[in-house]
Amino acid sequence: MERLEFVDVLKEERPEAPRHDLGSFEYTYKAEITNVYPMTEQEKLYQIQIIDPEKRRGFTFRPGQFVMLEVPGIGEAPFSISSSPIRRGDIELCIRKVGNLTNFLAKVKRGTQVGISGPFGTCFPVEKMYGQNIILIAGGLGIAPLRSPTMTVLENRSRFGMVEVIYGAKRPSELLFTYLYDMWRKFDINLNIIVEEPDHTWDGPVGLITEILQERIGALRDVLEQETYAIVCGPPVMFTFVCNMLMAAGLPMHKMFVSLERRMHCGRGKCCRCNVGSTYTCLKGPVFDYWSVMNLKEAI
Amino acid sequence: MIFKVIAKQELAKLFEALLANRVVGPVRKGSDKNGTPIYSFEVVYDFTQLQLDYTSTQYPAKRFFLPYTETLCTFEIAGDSWEKKVDFNIYQPQVLFGLHACDINALNKLDKVLLESAYPTPYYASKRKNMFIVGIDCEPQPYCFCRSMGTDTALHGFDMFLTDLGKKYFVEIQSAAAYNYLKHMQTSDPTEEDHLRYMAVEEARHEKFMAQVDTTDLTKILDMEFQSEVWKHWGDKCLSCGTCASVCPTCYCYGVAETVDLDLKHAAKMKHLHSCNLIDFAEVAGGHNFRPDSHTRLKYRYYHKHRGFVEAFEESLCVGCGRCGEACLANITVPEVIASVRHEEI
Repeated sequence: MERLEFVDVLKEERPEAPRHDLGSFEYTYKAEITNVYPMTEQEKLYQIQIIDPEKRRGFTFRPGQFVMLEVPGIGEAPFSISSSPIRRGDIELCIRKVGNLTNFLAKVKRGTQVGISGPFGTCFPVEKMYGQNIILIAGGLGIAPLRSPTMTVLENRSRFGMVEVIYGAKRPSELLFTYLYDMWRKFDINLNIIVEEPDHTWDGPVGLITEILQERIGALRDVLEQETYAIVCGPPVMFTFVCNMLMAAGLPMHKMFVSLERRMHCGRGKCCRCNVGSTYTCLKGPVFDYWSVMNLKEAI
Repeated sequence: MIFKVIAKQELAKLFEALLANRVVGPVRKGSDKNGTPIYSFEVVYDFTQLQLDYTSTQYPAKRFFLPYTETLCTFEIAGDSWEKKVDFNIYQPQVLFGLHACDINALNKLDKVLLESAYPTPYYASKRKNMFIVGIDCEPQPYCFCRSMGTDTALHGFDMFLTDLGKKYFVEIQSAAAYNYLKHMQTSDPTEEDHLRYMAVEEARHEKFMAQVDTTDLTKILDMEFQSEVWKHWGDKCLSCGTCASVCPTCYCYGVAETVDLDLKHAAKMKHLHSCNLIDFAEVAGGHNFRPDSHTRLKYRYYHKHRGFVEAFEESLCVGCGRCGEACLANITVPEVIASVRHEEI
């Protein structure tokens, strides 16, 4: 009888796959919910800070990327980061109560410790957009992933041409980040908000996001064919309409970016739950240019 | 590569030597209603238990390296704070004794996505790196289409591979660990006659394959026929039970669920293998399901195996073992589905 040698994979040299360390696969940053702001009946904004100051400084991300947030014993789910990359390990997540984990989160107070892993996925190529006009379009909760690139644009406002934000929601009471609108406008951002079902508080435009987009496209027609990028976040049905309108107006497909939402159990290209056709949303996405999305079966 | 030949009775000595480790091999579990033996990979303690002439097992050896349920980590909870403990769940090397070429190739394919891509998974890595594989040649069954998938022979991914030459085994040695175990047996160098015999045996085996799949241009054809009516046809038959995934040697999709102990002080994160045919596979919180219809889920399964994986790794994620077709309660088989997508007569 002869025993085989036991290999400790964490100590073994792995020249074949140096990209990621095996030991960090299940690594979660311990983080604390430092603040919770209710924004609407359904959504809250959570400020989450990585506890270890050194790890916090080392945590960098780019707009459009997401993290996996874990509450031990409750669950783990992906959330796109809503804050600016300037604040490294001190992130903000805009979360709607809709499932197990998020309903639990809706009840937590500040001080609760959660696990954060990531950041994962692709980002909006903001640097590539320097010197260009930008149209940021969000429908409903799509404003959550859109807020991070919007903040980045604001922080570097002089590097961009014209900036247009188009945001549509069902009801005025469902509008998110309302406290930021005045600030955005001050930074020379043309903010257009439209709701489908107005109430007595609403005196702005009423209708679908495509209606206001049509209007803006008319005004922007000259710049769309060149020098313009678009970022679109929202429900899948919105992508098709919005992107097709932009395309018809002359914006090339590779200059439109969308962020897809899927079920994810790992965020690391292993569980397959987020596959679209056969592409991992967590690795090749969530941010795709519209050309790639058009070539993905069942994407939108 | 090193080749040796051994007399058949020598194999028991190798088995005995390997028994210092946990040894898993094919054993007979029972019979089906027609009296046909049912084989399974189990932990084996005695050489006589091993059924090295087994046809195919109902389940692959997957549970020894991708367990159907696995604890990814545990938590100790104290008030608002907690500590996380990660365990890869392997404490000793495992020997897989008697794997067929298809199952070895399945491991090679899993290596590509679980070890060699971004974020390699340590749970699989630790089991894969602590694995000693003794492969053995097989008798092609009517449902085997591995030859079409290019997985009827294993070129790498094992330590030792045995081919039955009648009274002797022809042994391929591919690792230092395997070479080290040769000392427990009486081996000899193969003669020219052994070489010829090996070639004849292999040729005879190749002749026996019956089922086949035409993979020519398959990635393109799957794209072209994405809206094809045939998916609906198969979707109507499919029971969405996920059996195909549970018997598949390469299906690795999973779901994660967290559980908390009654004392609220301990919690665990569990991984359960899932199947893309199950209705909740692509459902997001809030209830929206990206693949609510049975045929879209079945189509996705073929897409992942025969298109997406090819796109990513230049090879299909199917090894042609035919287990899914044999196990399917609705009699859906891969050769038939692919042929119908290609508009071939079935």
